[in-house]
Amino acid sequence: MSTLQSPRTSGLVSDLTAGKLPRFAPALAAVIALGIGALAALLIGGGLLATVLFAAVAFLVVLPAWYAVVEGRRAAVDRLVTCLVWSALAVALVPLVSLLWTVVHHGARQLDATFLGQDAFITALHQPTGILHAIVGTLLITLTAAVMSVPLGIFAAIYLIEYGAGSKLAAAIRFLVDVMTGIPSIVAGLFAFALFTLLFGPAYRSGLAGAAALSLLMVPIVVRSTEEMLRLVPNELREAAYALGTPKWRTIVKVVLPTALGGIVTGVTLATARVVGETAPLLLTAAITTKVNLNVFDGFMTTLPVMVYSSQAKGHPEDFDVAWGAALVLVLIVLVLNIVARIVGKIFAPKTGH
Amino acid sequence: MTATTAEKMTETPSNRLGDRIFSGLALAAGLSILVALTGVFAFLLIRGWQGLSQDASFYDAPRANDFLHYVWPLVFGTVYAAVIALVIAVPLSIGIALVISHYAPRRLATPIAYVIDLLAAVPSVVFGLWGILVFAPAMVPTYGWLDDHLGFIPLFAGNEGGGVNPVGRTILTAGIVLAIMVLPIITSITREIFAQTPRLHQEAALALGATRWEMIRYAVFPYARSGMVSAVMLGLGRALGETMAVAMVLSAGKSLVTFNLLGNESSTTIAANIASNYKEGTPGKVAVLIATGLVLFVLTFVVNFLARLIVARAERNTTR
Amino acid sequence: MAKSIDVSNVNIYYGDFKAVEDVSMTIKARSVTAFIGPSGCGKSTFLRTLNRMHEVIPGAHVEGEVLLGGEDIYAANVDPVQVRRRVGMVFQRPNPFPTMSIYDNVLAGNRLNSKKLKKADADAIVEKALTGANLWNEVKDRLGKPGMGLSGGQQQRLCIARAIAVEPQVLLMDEPCSALDPISTSAVEDLIHELKSDYTIVIVTHNMQQAARVSEYTGFFNLKAAGQPGHLVEFNKTTKMFSTPEQESTEAYISGRFG
Repeated sequence: MSTLQSPRTSGLVSDLTAGKLPRFAPALAAVIALGIGALAALLIGGGLLATVLFAAVAFLVVLPAWYAVVEGRRAAVDRLVTCLVWSALAVALVPLVSLLWTVVHHGARQLDATFLGQDAFITALHQPTGILHAIVGTLLITLTAAVMSVPLGIFAAIYLIEYGAGSKLAAAIRFLVDVMTGIPSIVAGLFAFALFTLLFGPAYRSGLAGAAALSLLMVPIVVRSTEEMLRLVPNELREAAYALGTPKWRTIVKVVLPTALGGIVTGVTLATARVVGETAPLLLTAAITTKVNLNVFDGFMTTLPVMVYSSQAKGHPEDFDVAWGAALVLVLIVLVLNIVARIVGKIFAPKTGH
Repeated sequence: MTATTAEKMTETPSNRLGDRIFSGLALAAGLSILVALTGVFAFLLIRGWQGLSQDASFYDAPRANDFLHYVWPLVFGTVYAAVIALVIAVPLSIGIALVISHYAPRRLATPIAYVIDLLAAVPSVVFGLWGILVFAPAMVPTYGWLDDHLGFIPLFAGNEGGGVNPVGRTILTAGIVLAIMVLPIITSITREIFAQTPRLHQEAALALGATRWEMIRYAVFPYARSGMVSAVMLGLGRALGETMAVAMVLSAGKSLVTFNLLGNESSTTIAANIASNYKEGTPGKVAVLIATGLVLFVLTFVVNFLARLIVARAERNTTR
Repeated sequence: MAKSIDVSNVNIYYGDFKAVEDVSMTIKARSVTAFIGPSGCGKSTFLRTLNRMHEVIPGAHVEGEVLLGGEDIYAANVDPVQVRRRVGMVFQRPNPFPTMSIYDNVLAGNRLNSKKLKKADADAIVEKALTGANLWNEVKDRLGKPGMGLSGGQQQRLCIARAIAVEPQVLLMDEPCSALDPISTSAVEDLIHELKSDYTIVIVTHNMQQAARVSEYTGFFNLKAAGQPGHLVEFNKTTKMFSTPEQESTEAYISGRFG
């Protein structure tokens, strides 16, 4: 027995380790692939980018092939998929990095007091211009859109969770909110355009019409995020309030909403960040101007995204610079809103005392 | 507290009133969403109706003499650009979602997810700006190479007299930019679904000696299938409706139906067509554009409707 | 101010489903009454009809009569909100309001109804309620801290303080100790003993020893069969219930032969 036992044990140990590639295999494969890539680039012709591309393809072939030889087909497929998913990530990061870098690189040069502090209304030749009118327009229109859609969205969410729960109407509204999330922004713009020109005449363009279009895009996001947050409020808290002799509406106002406040504010801020970058609806409804306009109800109003688009469309290099500068300011606003959303969510989170 | 004891338990009018007002407001808000959506449809219908049957001159005659001939190339371009975007974005998104949910260590997964969400936060007009000024020119050599070596495939045929679009503003560029834009949407939905796969299934698969990929293939994908389909549909909805990036990147041809990825002139999309033509709009022309907007609305509505239906059915199946 | 409750021929429904059938009993003022019985027998459901809390669930309704100090709480023009102001409730799991401090949690019954209080009055109510709940000494130095920061047992006593701060006539407790450890449980049981001189207390419990320890009267609920409505098998003095019950099934349940 004992003579049989010991070789079998050692056989098992070697089974577990035998036929495994050493840990440095991927690194070695990478070096080999880089060599192949450089060679291919030399032969076919191409620069550094081509070398990297060829090397990546070679790596995807060499490493799995090696695994296939040593560890078998299953291990090779597994290794290939691992390589593929990580390369998917790498491929997706290339445009992101490129985009952020170019926006910062081209945009940062534009940012100065003139650019941020003046509008583009020219009274003399070679007068320096800025994007103040677009910044003001963006803030005003987005604020108006938020004022219109936040109460509406929150009340609709309250209906869905607190009053209409389980009813057919609530199910229908929830479904439509989902569908509304997918409305193309240009369609929202057309709607506001059609509505306001019907009401106030064919030449009517204003910040209000733009804000109406934006709130059509914003409401569903606010409803969905508020709904999620209200759903997270434990039923026990509602019952505790009812048991203290509190009417339902006071329970909602004083217990449910404060408990969910952090999440609701985060959702609203993210919704704002989403619509602040909208271009198409405003192109149709708020038009383009070069002056600061503080009246939301009348007159053309330019926003940053529209400014980016129209400056680029003019086609001169100096206009491109303006577009990059406006794009950077826009990206910064979106970024700040995103960060604010996260911080606010943390601040208003229910206090646990821990 | 004797006062409270003496109080009757009968209704207090102020409470009753407060509840009635509050529930009324909530219901009104809910109903206004119904009204808004039907309003969108109704107004587009009212204003676009005359656009369906205008004088031939409003449809870029002689290229098109009626609405159907006018809108068909646009529908084709819209769907074609969206399909190109999905062909590129779907595999990448699923790969990234897998990295976040299964491959990356936890410390790395959260920042990766955050960076991909960052991609979703970039406004579309910035994508357009980057697309036309940076990406499109950068792609020209590659397009040239594709045309030289793969030109025998009609997709890569380029222009009739040889060569490709000299500034790279082709439908392939537009499709790739769209792909970058829908990628975070598809990624975030699929990664949530992957993360929800029951641990037990996964551990059962691993315990049977499956490799990580086999575990994903046999335990994760079957569970996530309907979620993945709906994520793709939602991405499709977004790609169909995206306006600015396409309007800026694409050098649009007039009423053109072509599969050619690299030529000087490409089919354009409904949304981009509206954005670039609304300005010269006489009322008749605007009516035509609104009518095309109605077509786009119906198209995206159907796609989103189907996506939600699939999700709803999947939810019913898992809760049952 | 403690009041008695007279229940006669109460049936409770969830939609078409009859959950509890034909319950009649008299709950004496200034005493502790315990409801025991197996899971799903309707004792918690019945408890919730005593302050109309079951109405929170859509489709629930009640037949029969529940008199609070002689007044029918199901009469046509009675406001359930007013009923709940007189009949307080403590729940299975401690549920202090996470957005409020300890101080505000105790005052929640007043604050939620926007009752204006002078600072001195508010302080007096908080101290009285917390003292009444045996919690004053433990929290008097951190009244401004969040209520969620307390231990489970302290949270439950905070919830009791919150319920008695509005000076109800009856206090309902739905398995108040089921989420607590033995030490906290005994603290809450001591508290129940003290509270009964001022309040009418009704407690649902899974724990028969607890019923025997804290209550003067006990009601035993049971199901006739699975899918059948629950009903009241026996209602008697606790000492009698646990020594010489009248019903055979009561004895079987208490001696642990089923359920």
